[in-house]
Amino acid sequence: MPEYETHRYDVIVIGAGGAGLRAAIEARARGLRTALVCKSLLGKAHTVMAEGGVAAAMGNVYSEDNWQVHFRDTMRGGKYLNNWRMAQLHAQEAPDRVYELESWGALFDRTKDGRILQRDFGGHRYARLAHVGDRTGLELIRTLQQRAVHMDIDVFMECKVLRLLTDGDGAVSGAIGYWRPTGDMVVFESKATVLATGSIGRSYTYTSNSWESTGDGHAMAMWAGADVIEMECVQFHPTGMVWPLSVRGLLVTEGVRGDGGALKNSEDRRFMFDYIPEMFRAETADTEEEADAWYEDHINYRRTPDLLPRDEVARAINSEVKAGRGSPHGGVYLDIASRRSPEYIRRRLPSMYHQFMELAGVDITSEPMEVGPTCHYMMGGVRVDADTEASTVPGLFAAGEVAGGMHGANRLGGNSLSDLLVFGRRAGIGASDYAEGRSGEPSVSPAEIEEVVADALSPFGRDGGENPYDIHQDLQSCMQALVGIIRTGSELEQALEKLEELKERTGKVSVSGGRAYNPGWNLATDLPSMLTVSTAIAQGALHRKESRGGHTRDDYPGPDPELGKVNFVQRQNAQRGYAAPVQITPEPLPQMPAELQALLEEGH
Amino acid sequence: MTTEPAALASEPETATAPVADTTDSTVTLQVWRGDPDGGAFAEYSLPANEGEVVLDVVHRLQAGPAPDLACRWNCKAGKCGSCSAEINGRPRLMCMTRVDELPPGPITVAPMRTFPIIRDLVTDVSFNFAMAKLVPAFSPPPPPAEGYRMQQIDVERGQEFRKCIECFMCQDVCHVIRDHEENKPAYAGPRFFIRIAELEMHPLDTNDRRDLVRQQMGLGMCNITKCCTEVCPEHIKITDNAIIPMKERVVDADFDPVGWLGRKILRRSKTSPTETAAISAYPGPSPSAPAG
Ligand SMILES: Cc1cc2nc3c(=O)[nH]c(=O)nc-3n(C[C@H](O)[C@H](O)[C@H](O)COP(=O)(O)OP(=O)(O)OC[C@H]3O[C@@H](n4cnc5c(N)ncnc54)[C@H](O)[C@@H]3O)c2cc1C
Ligand code: SF4
Ligand code: SF4
Ligand code: FES
Repeated sequence: MPEYETHRYDVIVIGAGGAGLRAAIEARARGLRTALVCKSLLGKAHTVMAEGGVAAAMGNVYSEDNWQVHFRDTMRGGKYLNNWRMAQLHAQEAPDRVYELESWGALFDRTKDGRILQRDFGGHRYARLAHVGDRTGLELIRTLQQRAVHMDIDVFMECKVLRLLTDGDGAVSGAIGYWRPTGDMVVFESKATVLATGSIGRSYTYTSNSWESTGDGHAMAMWAGADVIEMECVQFHPTGMVWPLSVRGLLVTEGVRGDGGALKNSEDRRFMFDYIPEMFRAETADTEEEADAWYEDHINYRRTPDLLPRDEVARAINSEVKAGRGSPHGGVYLDIASRRSPEYIRRRLPSMYHQFMELAGVDITSEPMEVGPTCHYMMGGVRVDADTEASTVPGLFAAGEVAGGMHGANRLGGNSLSDLLVFGRRAGIGASDYAEGRSGEPSVSPAEIEEVVADALSPFGRDGGENPYDIHQDLQSCMQALVGIIRTGSELEQALEKLEELKERTGKVSVSGGRAYNPGWNLATDLPSMLTVSTAIAQGALHRKESRGGHTRDDYPGPDPELGKVNFVQRQNAQRGYAAPVQITPEPLPQMPAELQALLEEGH
Repeated sequence: MTTEPAALASEPETATAPVADTTDSTVTLQVWRGDPDGGAFAEYSLPANEGEVVLDVVHRLQAGPAPDLACRWNCKAGKCGSCSAEINGRPRLMCMTRVDELPPGPITVAPMRTFPIIRDLVTDVSFNFAMAKLVPAFSPPPPPAEGYRMQQIDVERGQEFRKCIECFMCQDVCHVIRDHEENKPAYAGPRFFIRIAELEMHPLDTNDRRDLVRQQMGLGMCNITKCCTEVCPEHIKITDNAIIPMKERVVDADFDPVGWLGRKILRRSKTSPTETAAISAYPGPSPSAPAG
């Protein structure tokens, strides 16, 4: 028998970003025994990196704004693939969640009359993002963390969950993981389990995501038999740094464009005017004069094409670079220096100023930045019930980036932080209700535990096997080259073959050193998740024979109205685990009520 | 070889330090490797890459000669405060320290000295999480019907301290605890002094934390050496803007406990005529300005 410690809770929340913290606060406020588990130290989750802001139709800057407009923007941005009910709840509840943060100590930037200031972002009709300079994520995570600290939530920091555990009936009843500082195993028994594990970006070479974003939650849900949807929809943020190579992929916030920055090619042309799609033509400025006037007056002028939704901008940059009009290091220029005063730039974008100055030696108040697309956000994820965040497996809930549906085929900037708050809270409520209703104590199977432990430790037993770092690098190159921003059928098939090879190699991984804080071993335990998630992305991309939102097919360049009515649902049936096959089936989207449909069709 | 991480160099690196020749094709790192039982510096040389930061080199070591080299990191952009280490004897973020800015020759990378070693560059920083629990939760008055109103100029004071990324380098460098384990139970350290200052300056704050900072958090032990301010990667003026005003206030309060109530430091709970003028002159964001 392997050795492990056991902890019993009503609710465990896996992930301590915005979604996980918010869920744990809710469950604990109900008086339930609650644990929060995360791979890094508390307060370091990916959420801390969010820059631009949190979207909520508070109407502090434009009183014309309301939840209906926000709903409509979100659905249009998502190319109507969104779960309508999630988009509705999100738009309706986001303002309350932001005000709640304020009463928990968050200090947002203010309007002249002392209310929460809101900034412009791509795809949002009105200035809608509550923010703190360009460090909104830090404010959000710190506020939630400081709230949670006083609620008697047990925090398991630097504890990596490997697998969910199920009872005899297939309901999730806990999880198993290990303490990173010691390598010792930990078993959780829980009545309800919330996944809030964030993103998948580490499967790509160039990404804005941290090492934690290996898609563990997506994969663990699948291994427990849960459905995932829209895995083909990966967001490439149009503006990542491109130089120096060591920081390639690092995010340049959309706030730069929201605050007046413009994209230009090597001919100094504002090329976004050449890429306005039909769907957004009526509401987008077609001259530079109008675009610039819009910054001051959103009512009488149309928005700048620099702030089209991210999928449009990323594709445009890609085309410019391909056409030979890129910058020296393979990006395009993002210029705010010639458009705003140095004081304004430093006040509005302090961390961007700092980031370029220190890492690239570029002073953004006097020269343009070089930027290009970077893997940023996962729209796809665990299929959940919109109101409770329950997955398709009893006892398992999901919120935040690991959940699917809310953002459809493309997420609008700022809609993630609000998603974390709205659905983190709802997942906390959903999980608490479930835990309170679940009879008896949850049971886990010692045999299952033994198997997971043996698997996790197997790389120590092998000599001269595969190096996990090499496999990771090969996986990243494969996904970057074959399942990237522009996809094509033959390449996706190649990727799926390559992924099978990588799975075989992963079965032969060996690591050196001990179990205590060993990054090589850590990576070895991340590979199965990355491979499962990558397979689902490539397979979804192969089946969605159209271009929609974050998913672009060279061989099917336009949207297909029929495919716009379905989600691609993926799941593992009898066989589970990274080496087992993943089934994929199209299923109709939930039916939207007529009154919401009417909102979408309303003129603008 | 040493069995302890290197002591803090007393001289801060100067801006005039010679810049490494970027054509130099190798970078040499001396990394402290070990566990709670002891350790030593191990030397590694790799080909240099343009524009690299120290964390990049550590990552290349992991993917090559030292696959089990332990370090923390997350954002690689100076935003999360995970990758603190003592580089050439100075606490710095590995992800924001460019190799070509350091003087030529081997670069030493050691774990933060003030905290117990877990492995290699990773230390046990749980002291800080324990101290965080001592700070009482923020509790504002209930919001008025139209929501809280606060002026930009007022929130900016707290915002300076809320920039803190919890890298704990100020804690690492503070001599009160750096070589004095015995002081830790009674000393919260600069990171938590700014946390208290932030709450004190919050326009909606209602609490009185004087006894807390004096008696449980050990503010009196700080003798204003300003080392904390010097290492803060967020350039927070820890001493000038938080510690000194708080010390003054704690002393004032002892002499004049009643007057204190109307005089919470740097807060404008009652707006004076000059301050009103300052607000209307404030050129800050307004609904009609670009970006709201
Ligand atoms: C640079 C950057 C800027 C951004 N800016 C914005 C913005 O301005 N506005 C906006 O709305 N969105 C923004 N986003 C997106 C947004 O930040 C993320 O989508 C969001 O923070 C995800 O939050 P989360 O709570 O779902 O997960 P995360 O914050 O990613 O947290 C995941 C948590 O899960 C834990 N975890 C993962 N796997 C395991 C495991 N196996 N065991 C235990 N724990 C595990 C991690 O340790 C971590 O605590 C930005 C993203 C990036 C990268
Ligand atoms: S100023 Fe005070 S808190 Fe800062 S390092 Fe010196 S003694 Fe420590
Ligand atoms: S105050 Fe500065 S040095 Fe101290 S923990 Fe915060 S960011 Fe780090
Ligand atoms: S990795 Fe986040 S601060 Fe260095």
